[in-house]
Amino acid sequence: MERRLAFRRLTDRLAGCSTTALSAATSLLAVAIGLVLLARAWPILTTRPLGELLLSTTWKPLQNAFGYYPFIMGTLCVTGVAMVIAVPICLLTAVYLAEYAPRRVYAVVKPLIDVSAGIPSVIFGIWGVIMVVPFVQRIASSEIGRSLSRLPFFQIDNPTGYSVLAGGIVLAIMVFPVIISVAEEVIRAVPVGLREASWALGASRWETIKYVVLRHAAPGVLAAVILGFSRAFGETMAVMMVVGNVPQVPRSLFDAAYPLTALIANSYGEMMSIPLYDAALLGAALLLLVVVLLFNLSARLVLMRIARYG
Amino acid sequence: MKRLRRLEEYLFRFLMGLSLVIVLGSLMLILGTMLWRGLPSLSLAMLTQVPKGGYYLGEEGGILNAIVGSLCLAGGATLLALLLSLPVAIYLHTYAGCSRAAHLVRLAMDVLWGIPSIVYGAFAFTIMLWIGLRASLLGGIIALACLELPIIVRGMDEAFRLIPSALSEASYALGATRFETATRILLRQATAGLLTAVLLAFGRGIGDAASVLFTAGYTDRLPDSLLRPVASLPLAVFFQLGTPFPAVQQRAYAAGLVLTVIVLTLSVVARWLSRRLMHHVVR
Amino acid sequence: MGDRPHIEVQGLSVWYGGQQALKDVSVAFPAHGITAVIGPSGCGKTTLLRSMNRLLETSGEVRISGRVLLDGTDIYAPKVDVTEIRTRIGLLASKPFPLPMSIYDNVLYGPRIHGLCRRDNADATVERYLRAADLWEEVRDRLQSPAHALSTGQQQRLCLARALAVEPEVLLCDEPTAALDPISAQRIEDLLRGLKRHMTIILVTHILRQARRLADFVVFLWLGELVEAGPAEQVFNNPCNERTRAYLMGDIG
Ligand SMILES: Nc1ncnc2c1ncn2[C@@H]1O[C@H](COP(=O)(O)OP(=O)(O)OP(=O)(O)O)[C@@H](O)[C@H]1O
Ligand SMILES: [Mg+2]
Repeated sequence: MERRLAFRRLTDRLAGCSTTALSAATSLLAVAIGLVLLARAWPILTTRPLGELLLSTTWKPLQNAFGYYPFIMGTLCVTGVAMVIAVPICLLTAVYLAEYAPRRVYAVVKPLIDVSAGIPSVIFGIWGVIMVVPFVQRIASSEIGRSLSRLPFFQIDNPTGYSVLAGGIVLAIMVFPVIISVAEEVIRAVPVGLREASWALGASRWETIKYVVLRHAAPGVLAAVILGFSRAFGETMAVMMVVGNVPQVPRSLFDAAYPLTALIANSYGEMMSIPLYDAALLGAALLLLVVVLLFNLSARLVLMRIARYG
Repeated sequence: MKRLRRLEEYLFRFLMGLSLVIVLGSLMLILGTMLWRGLPSLSLAMLTQVPKGGYYLGEEGGILNAIVGSLCLAGGATLLALLLSLPVAIYLHTYAGCSRAAHLVRLAMDVLWGIPSIVYGAFAFTIMLWIGLRASLLGGIIALACLELPIIVRGMDEAFRLIPSALSEASYALGATRFETATRILLRQATAGLLTAVLLAFGRGIGDAASVLFTAGYTDRLPDSLLRPVASLPLAVFFQLGTPFPAVQQRAYAAGLVLTVIVLTLSVVARWLSRRLMHHVVR
Repeated sequence: MGDRPHIEVQGLSVWYGGQQALKDVSVAFPAHGITAVIGPSGCGKTTLLRSMNRLLETSGEVRISGRVLLDGTDIYAPKVDVTEIRTRIGLLASKPFPLPMSIYDNVLYGPRIHGLCRRDNADATVERYLRAADLWEEVRDRLQSPAHALSTGQQQRLCLARALAVEPEVLLCDEPTAALDPISAQRIEDLLRGLKRHMTIILVTHILRQARRLADFVVFLWLGELVEAGPAEQVFNNPCNERTRAYLMGDIG
């Protein structure tokens, strides 16, 4: 009995130590990724001022010119278009699902949306190539396109359809499930008593949603949008297949762009012999990491707050 | 006044309906397109042969290399991630309690969860260069395991959290150690939840292209060694869609359909499991 | 007092899913004065109250049959505007739910929605109703701070001010003092006593002493059925029904 107890204590201690060690190790992975990228990007970060790296528009690795600006703008434009499309649609859908949907509709739609959150990004890419790119191309060559063409941001210099708009549409659809499911959950979590308090004053359903429910759920909804944004921001495959990958600062929805992620995916591992090239690419990865982390962590913090303080 | 109030509500309800139609319509359209393009190109030969004459040029053969390769990659990565994450989840729920350390570990997992997969790919590739590993099954497994790790940990964390604390307290009250409580009570109670987490991570891993792009490479052959390159379904889609040959593009569509079916099946099973888990916990 | 009933419930039955919560209840609530609804837990008091401003139908699977007449018109008639009914009938819930906005905006929420609040008299409106709810002195210096920063007792009075600001004819109170300390409860009771001159108050309460203190009329429910209804003195001192007597004795003995 004594010995058995000692043995049990020992296993417990051992298990405690090893799980603690493993937890520490996996947690350090997060730090390690940042450090490794920083170390590899160090040569380029130290030889060039940060301002030049971020704002120069020339990317000519053979001449040792590494300006991220076109790629940053490419990422921002595509993500921006995606969010402009996705946010209103997602919020309206989330409000519908949380507030109006009859139980039967909800029971069908919610699982469908949740399940489609798992569709791999290449599938969105393949769909973009098959349907969205031709669609954009058709618009660009149609009457509507020509009349739109006079507006700023709508000029058509690129008739191929591989464009910021195509990338934005594909990304928007990709983040639908992410934003909708988080936003729907936070809206649903608004206490019923609060809604009833508003109804009891004679407010209609919509007024209650507008003035009370959305206001109460605002931080959570914001977090949902941020999560969607950072998902779109870091997406590689789906975007890369439809944006055209031309290193330029896009001036119009119909221009091709070249996002940071696509830059890394297309160039990494091919021209290792050029000095600094590899450092420049890992610098791009570092940039991506920093931006996405900032957004993601702020969203997580908000959601955690909500979970804790109800 | 009252008219206007009504009108606004009707307008927004209309917009909501429209949005719902757009969301469901576009998701359905994607699945429909995959079926429409994928089904005609799907055949027994497609599923049971490797490409003949090069995956990019040869018009004969199928995508068996990618199917088997993907299963190996995702399977290996999930196994590796599971081995790492189970102790972490147990640590979070038995040894750490509500300490600062637990908080930090959860924060780290949130950080990892948000890192884009292309960054994992670049990171893993850098490490591989340092240790002298070329694009290979092992490299792909490592990159994917990094990607899956936070997904599994978060899933398990949530599964454990659903267990009422009274249950583990009852076990402690009987004199069980923390390790015994973890293995006999927590693991058993949360089995369905753990499985759900594993399935979701597997689905995420099998569908991810950016992280295996440089780490696993691509090949026409079936995987035979941990140290050789290996094909994968997402890259089969990506590479073969880019060729000018329609017959090769067929392989891309087929790969896309197979991938979609695998991922959706996993996701449905995972949901079903977690639903059962919920029932278990409430009753 | 009470020549014609202000609210009249006729043959009201309510089912939650398969379970019947109210069984053919018919009762009249006289105008002006406080009617206390009493009965053991789960007997359907809240259900009855919520059926009177049509909040019942918002919660899941509920089936309602029967009529509720407000000044002689059925509030469940097809053409009736729910928001108007709810404007005329106020609610004070058992837990205070301050809306997620400032104290000031909480009071003005109803008037603004109904377009009753002009910019130049907004301040006066806020002050009037906060005074009516006996809260003005405590919050006059922090009208713009968020409402959830108030104490629970203050929140409940804010909810009362908010309800009064839409000038309801009827005020439904569901155990309005259940979450409060004795002093705060006392203040709410005093307020209700003052308000009964202007409106019909229907008060659900578990505290028989509170019912005795406040009520002019009493309605006694038992397992979803109406057992006894009448003037307070008669029901308390000389109940006709055996079950009423037993319930009241339980309180005394
Ligand atoms: N939303 C609901 N869904 C299902 N059943 C309900 C619901 N609300 C109430 N019930 C049931 O209806 C019956 C009456 O409930 P009600 O809340 O009206 O009782 P009550 O008299 O207010 O009780 P208490 O004094 O405890 O507040 C109870 O048996 C209750 O279980
Ligand atoms: Mg009640």
